[in-house]
Amino acid sequence: MSIEAQIKEQITANPILVYMKGSPDAPECGFSSRACQILISYGKPFSFVNILINPEIRSNLPKVSNWPTFPQLFINGELVGGSDIMVELHENGSLQELMDTVEVTT
Amino acid sequence: MSICETIEKKLNIEIEPLHLEVINESHMHNVEPGSESHIRIVAVADIFSNLNLVKRHQIIYKHLNEEISGPIHAISLHTFSPQEWEERKQETSSSPECLGGNENDNSQ
Repeated sequence: MSIEAQIKEQITANPILVYMKGSPDAPECGFSSRACQILISYGKPFSFVNILINPEIRSNLPKVSNWPTFPQLFINGELVGGSDIMVELHENGSLQELMDTVEVTT
Repeated sequence: MSICETIEKKLNIEIEPLHLEVINESHMHNVEPGSESHIRIVAVADIFSNLNLVKRHQIIYKHLNEEISGPIHAISLHTFSPQEWEERKQETSSSPECLGGNENDNSQ
């Protein structure tokens, strides 16, 4: 599978997915850390990809998403944005609405 | 020309902002003095009206492709339509009016 196809599959298969530097337990960038804190506050399980140990994803995701920076949050297969947008949507309540559309399967 | 100046020049031409701030925040990070690695941009422009935040940021990223793939490590974007900017200004300008309580202090 091409790396682009692999990325698209990840985005489709994981209803809440963040591409980030480091992991939620040990973020390695202030912006990724802020993104995780916001996601964790909703209490829903989410998936993450650490782009620091996946250099191919790091270099190819920006082409797939038309977005050059990290973190990148996808909900239901759509790019929600980076950490600035996450903060803004978190504060104005739109992120809660988006989160509510995600069905959690256990 | 510094990176901030280059960014300002490009955005002034490309998005014709009503208001633009390009702020070097690198001193807040663990980088060499004088670096331009962490940049914050506040932009108010007509073209942002009726666009969602993702599309607004994509417009800016497109014009700053060269800088982002080069020396910039982190970029923080804050985009507003003119209407949103007006509303925001009204929210933040909430300092109370002076009620003249000092007027006797300068009586000499």
